[in-house]
Amino acid sequence: MNWPAGLEQALPEWALTTLTSLVQIGVVCLVLILSVAFLTYFERKVIGFMQNRMGPNRVGPRGLLQPFADVIKLLMKEVIVPSSANRFLFVIAPVLSIAPALAAWAVMPLFPGFVIADIDAALLYVLALTSMGVYGVILAGWASNSKYALLGAMRSAAQIIAYEIAMGFALVGVLMAGGSLNLGAIVEAQAGGPLSWFWLPLFPLFIVYFVSGVAETNRAPFDVAEGESEIVAGFHVEYSGVAFAVFFLAEYANMILIAALTAVLFLGGWTSPFAGSMFSFLDGSVLEFLRASGLHWLALKTAFFLFCFLWFRATFPRYRYDQIMRLGWKVFIPVTIVWIFVEGVMVVLGVGPWSS
Amino acid sequence: MVPSVLFAIFAGVLVLSALGVIIARNPVHSALLLILCFFTSAVLWLLLEAEFLALVLVLVYVGAVMVLFLFVIMMLDVNVTRMREGFTRYAPLGAIVSGIIILQLAGAIWLRSGLPAAEPLTPREAGHSNTRELGAVLYTEHVYAFELAAFILLLAIIAAIMLTLRQRPGLKVQDVSAQVKVQRKDRVRLVKMDAEKDS
Repeated sequence: MNWPAGLEQALPEWALTTLTSLVQIGVVCLVLILSVAFLTYFERKVIGFMQNRMGPNRVGPRGLLQPFADVIKLLMKEVIVPSSANRFLFVIAPVLSIAPALAAWAVMPLFPGFVIADIDAALLYVLALTSMGVYGVILAGWASNSKYALLGAMRSAAQIIAYEIAMGFALVGVLMAGGSLNLGAIVEAQAGGPLSWFWLPLFPLFIVYFVSGVAETNRAPFDVAEGESEIVAGFHVEYSGVAFAVFFLAEYANMILIAALTAVLFLGGWTSPFAGSMFSFLDGSVLEFLRASGLHWLALKTAFFLFCFLWFRATFPRYRYDQIMRLGWKVFIPVTIVWIFVEGVMVVLGVGPWSS
Repeated sequence: MVPSVLFAIFAGVLVLSALGVIIARNPVHSALLLILCFFTSAVLWLLLEAEFLALVLVLVYVGAVMVLFLFVIMMLDVNVTRMREGFTRYAPLGAIVSGIIILQLAGAIWLRSGLPAAEPLTPREAGHSNTRELGAVLYTEHVYAFELAAFILLLAIIAAIMLTLRQRPGLKVQDVSAQVKVQRKDRVRLVKMDAEKDS
């Protein structure tokens, strides 16, 4: 980032670095929270249309201000702490669930040459942080001192452990293909159009990763942790007002994170789908801008996966609990292990986009 | 300067939370403080530029092992007063054991301090990859030890599954693969018939 020359001379280097990072973090978080707000609106509209309804259309033009109305409503409500709840853990649980969802964006390559923290082990960092998100749910369930909440937390803990293993194995495949743990390097390894993105050679891992991501974020059809028809609202049954809003925010921030990660790891992140040599006829024409890579491509791909999240929710009935466990342990993990072996053979034989 | 301040902060938190693990009355609090222990030791490893170990510690212990620990502790109704009943009886034995351990540690640290003092770490250059280096050593020099460890882990997995895999008679179990394979024609039969007419 370029600061005014006067500021650059007045401050020492470490202060400038800190200031730059803080501004970057602030901008990314702000955009993220705004995206969460409009994702809730998008969800209600999309599901509304899928169910032949209008969705929210009263607040603002076409209902566009609905998320702000919701936020103001939640902020005005009273925060109730159950009398025999563990007060400290009860309050800290929503924070523990939102913090990893935001912190993981530190290593996300947003557009060419921009990432807040360009660390070497970014993929491990992301995996470690997404695995931390479960504590918010577990602690909320336990600290509420409510049977329904505890049941929701237990379900969520077992489910997240199961799907995290499949997710980790899928990431091993990406790591083998990309030859690096750095997300920026993984995106660059996929340069050159949709055929060289990793979704094609790693197709089973791509499916497993995205479905495990849906399960990790406790979204329908894997939302047994909430399961309103069985255990009222699961882990956040005792939460109200702002504390509930933070859980809500965390769920949607996690969705955006998983969607963006799927886009970065399997669909080439910020690279353009028209970048391949087969689209070179676009050079010099009006449509040349389509071949440039940038933030808009990442945003479009992320939006596609977010739409899939909503689509799943509107389409599938909730999984039964034992079926969730079966899918995670007996289907996804074997699929990923087999495909890692296949990929190893492909790497040795020199088949695939990584060998060129 | 900055790393040593960070080290002091995180090491302090580590020691305090480790104390908390054994002092806390509530087992869930103990488990949570243990998680804090793991997290701060991961940060200490990060300060040593061992980012792979640090992240894997968080991933495996914080993200998986401790979740299962918490799961078990929350499910079981631990009776703390019953567990504390034998405290005075076993306290002398515990004091002796911990005394021996402290003496051994002191012996290892002070009596054999002929080793040169630890030199301040020199930061690695920017392109240095801790993960790549570990992998290169693990899969070449120590490959037999690595394979052996993997084999023992596999054995443990199979043993754990065999221990819990028991078939009680008279249990109603759903065959999930049969349920998944069900086709429409197995469940629904559409019958074509003429409309009944009132005669």
